[in-house]
Amino acid sequence: MIKLKGAIIGLGKMGLSHAAIIGAHPDVNLISVCDTSSLVLDAFKKFSAIKTYNSYQKMIDDMTLDFVIVATPTKYHYQMVKYALDRGLHVFCEKPFSLNTSQGKELVDLAANKMLVNQVGFHNHFIGTFRELKRLLDKNVIGEIVHFTGEAYGPVVTKEKVGTWRSKPEEGGGCLYDYASHVINLIQEIIGRPEKICGTLLKKIYSRDVEDGVYSMLKLKSGLTGTLLVNWSDETYRKMATSLTIYGKKGKIICDATEIKIYLKEPFVPEKLDKGWTMKYITDLAIPVNFYLRGEEYSAQLDYFIECIKDKRQVIYNSFEQALYTDLVIEMIVKDAKNY
Amino acid sequence: MEKVLLGDNQFFAVSHLSDERSRAQAIRFKDDESIIRVIDQAIELGIMTFMCTTHDRIANICQHIRNNPVKYNGFKIYPCMPYAHKYANAITELGIIGTIKQYVPGNIFSTLTKGGVAFLSKDFIRLMEIFIDSEMKMFKGIDTPVIFIQNVIVDMLLGLKMFDVFKEYDLYIRRKYNAEPGYITMNLPALIDALNSTGIEKPIICSSINRSGFRMSGGKEIYEKYLNEKEFRPIAMQVLAAGALNPGEAIEYLGKFPKIESVLFGASSKSHLKETKELIEHFL
Repeated sequence: MIKLKGAIIGLGKMGLSHAAIIGAHPDVNLISVCDTSSLVLDAFKKFSAIKTYNSYQKMIDDMTLDFVIVATPTKYHYQMVKYALDRGLHVFCEKPFSLNTSQGKELVDLAANKMLVNQVGFHNHFIGTFRELKRLLDKNVIGEIVHFTGEAYGPVVTKEKVGTWRSKPEEGGGCLYDYASHVINLIQEIIGRPEKICGTLLKKIYSRDVEDGVYSMLKLKSGLTGTLLVNWSDETYRKMATSLTIYGKKGKIICDATEIKIYLKEPFVPEKLDKGWTMKYITDLAIPVNFYLRGEEYSAQLDYFIECIKDKRQVIYNSFEQALYTDLVIEMIVKDAKNY
Repeated sequence: MEKVLLGDNQFFAVSHLSDERSRAQAIRFKDDESIIRVIDQAIELGIMTFMCTTHDRIANICQHIRNNPVKYNGFKIYPCMPYAHKYANAITELGIIGTIKQYVPGNIFSTLTKGGVAFLSKDFIRLMEIFIDSEMKMFKGIDTPVIFIQNVIVDMLLGLKMFDVFKEYDLYIRRKYNAEPGYITMNLPALIDALNSTGIEKPIICSSINRSGFRMSGGKEIYEKYLNEKEFRPIAMQVLAAGALNPGEAIEYLGKFPKIESVLFGASSKSHLKETKELIEHFL
């Protein structure tokens, strides 16, 4: 089989992680990378055979590629993704997708018209526990849902100091874009798409220009309501911890990246779930991968992207369109916060 | 290497199975004394090696060991560097250059400092050495016969196929610290091939090895094949698959592979330490 040829634009934390995963993928040749840091590029020149560029246009024009992975700060996504799509390349883009939803819409349409595989890095959908949560909800295990809570906490900004683009709201910085986007995306794909925001508090804790906490009430199309509670200045967490709690008339499910706790008022026989608490662990639910770096989900999402390119089919998980919807909800939250 | 190595995940709220358990551990091991108590219990049971990350709090434990040389005579530490979350959180907040600035000693833009020279001349190997030295500082005066690089770095280099860095690491650890270099990985078969390709023979490799195939990338079969056929010195970790397996059956599985030299495990109580140690000694 002829291997696919791929390139990475942006070699920050996610870009390097993607580069390593793609580099180890048996069906892909990672042939080039692009970044503006000469330090990082020189490390590639010295220790690898991968070709380096500091201009993404030149890289895309020079190299014969099948796909690119865009892992730059959000404000660059539009121009880079558009350039790649215009030249017929499949694109995997980091989250959040766009800062401006009209630009995001343009990219969604462009990818669709060109029938190119398009995916965004909302990796939680490749964690076995969240997959299992969706499956259980689809089977109506806890009956009619009455409320939900989506949460994420972690230790990103834990003291007052000047930071990078993540501390600039106009560049896609802040807890809402960086952390809350993951939770919003999980909520919209697992429970339902929020249509209305009924109250928002964006709180600064240590940052000067961006929010460190996001507290919002969401209303879905079905009328179902839920709360979004996100704080990236919480050092009681060693790393980002994301969870969903769903309250139903027949029970409740708490799900995070490591376990699902199910409480049922009555047994649910088709799923062999007892009355009371049942625990399911990631050890039984993880999606198997051939190469592991920081979590199965990072490899699994790229394996899936590659698979869709090879099979010439569109993604079901994490399409541009789904990511754009998350951007729309973020826009609604920002607008709503101005009322308070 | 001893058959039983005490790990440190339980002290730093690392649970691969449950965030709730993580929190319980964070509360339990709030004070350094509570960590030292478990180490002392391990020593009473004859476990003389502690394999730990270069977490800030380990510096306090090292100080305690230095302050009590008689009590800790013969006690060894296998450092594992770096404590990845320290750097990962720094990179998210400060970027790569910002992180180097924060952790390389001295002004990195000045040719008057060693770090500055290495940074400005893009001498990556020298930068690596400076990072290793700065992580190793806390272990001064303590016996560290094996020094590991953490899986995040090992597996990143592995994926990027930057195998020469392993060679440089190997040389530096032997030369400067007179220690054996060790590698932690989640991709054992690929790493063995990579290290062998650079001329590193019989490496010490710590990786997940368990009956259920948890975190054994590529599947249990290829791990078993490599455990039977390749020349290396395996340390098994995550042998209970993050607690999902019954200890007896889990350790019995390891007994099928005579090559496994050591088992790394974390425990918070003396009875648990004792039980696991006896199982390891029985089956290995």
